[in-house]
Amino acid sequence: MEVSLERRGAVATLLSERPDDLFVVPGLGSTTYDVASLGDDERNFYLWGAMGGAAMIGLGLALARPHLRILVLTGDGEMLMGLGSLATIGVQQPKNLAVVVFDNGVYGETGMQDSAARAHVNLAGVACACGIGDVHNATDEPALRRLAAKLKTFDRTLFARVAIRADEPPRVLPTRDGVELKLRFRRAVMAAGA
Amino acid sequence: MALHEDPAKARSAAWPDQIFAVLKVKDIRHVGYVPDAGHARLIESCRGDATIRDIVLTTEEEGIALAAGTALGGERAVLLMQSSGVGNCVNMLSLTRSCRFPLVMLVTMRGEWGEFNPWQVPMGSIVEPVLELTDTHVYRVERAEEAAEAVEAAIDLAFGGELAAAVLLSQRMIGRKQWK
Repeated sequence: MEVSLERRGAVATLLSERPDDLFVVPGLGSTTYDVASLGDDERNFYLWGAMGGAAMIGLGLALARPHLRILVLTGDGEMLMGLGSLATIGVQQPKNLAVVVFDNGVYGETGMQDSAARAHVNLAGVACACGIGDVHNATDEPALRRLAAKLKTFDRTLFARVAIRADEPPRVLPTRDGVELKLRFRRAVMAAGA
Repeated sequence: MALHEDPAKARSAAWPDQIFAVLKVKDIRHVGYVPDAGHARLIESCRGDATIRDIVLTTEEEGIALAAGTALGGERAVLLMQSSGVGNCVNMLSLTRSCRFPLVMLVTMRGEWGEFNPWQVPMGSIVEPVLELTDTHVYRVERAEEAAEAVEAAIDLAFGGELAAAVLLSQRMIGRKQWK
């Protein structure tokens, strides 16, 4: 029986002492609230839609800005909708892209219905099968801390599945204005000068 | 000139090369595509170019998200797809519209003139209204000599004004697919 982590604690561990060059694309739903719970940051491009698109936005960004680190932090439901993008990323292999999936096996936003990841689909296995070489499956605190350290130093495409509990902490809602999110994120990219 | 070389045909074969030249002049760095026979020559040119990153997609909607990512990073992308792929993009175009991302789609048309396969008709026949419903500006190209100019106009509109634009390359211009 695997240990499941608490999501807000997990996101805090992953983004503690966040490096200046780490830009984050949180997927639609709970992972957007998780990242926002750590305090707003112009280097976050929160998604309020585009389900299935988080990993590809991260890929585009990683290819356009090879000197920044890009972290896509999304949920199992969002990742499943864009499963093909793992194949696309497997072909491109950008060194500066990490895709981390918070996997609780359910669609939390819509009433905790089971996703295909619940006991059936192994997302880390899919990433391996797509040719992504640096794949992690974090199911406890020590593994999570190792992953957090890795997010500061990784030098090839990384995929990690993090086992989290199916709970619903209070929502933390960042701005929903897409144009504002785009413009401030771009300013932060330009300011990073890479 | 050899007898079998038809000047009109030679001109029409050149349109992918002319589009490629526009992509280079306009500093396009990323080309996402789901392969189509009509785009084969252009895809080959992009794959052979050192400054253009070619990105093969498993479905066209991936390209919409990819182009949003490259725009966030301050670089320019163009997407190549067949008309059926436009249907796959519809919900993801919400991302483009909500954030006003620049987007350029070059669409090779099927399901119109000289179509052999009736399964191409349902989507091919609604590409234009679907794109218009999603606030994508449509440039329709019927003649090979207009293709490069239309692509240039679409790129200027998209990246100059943070808007979405699509160039529809008509099936009549591309030539019918040979079925044997």
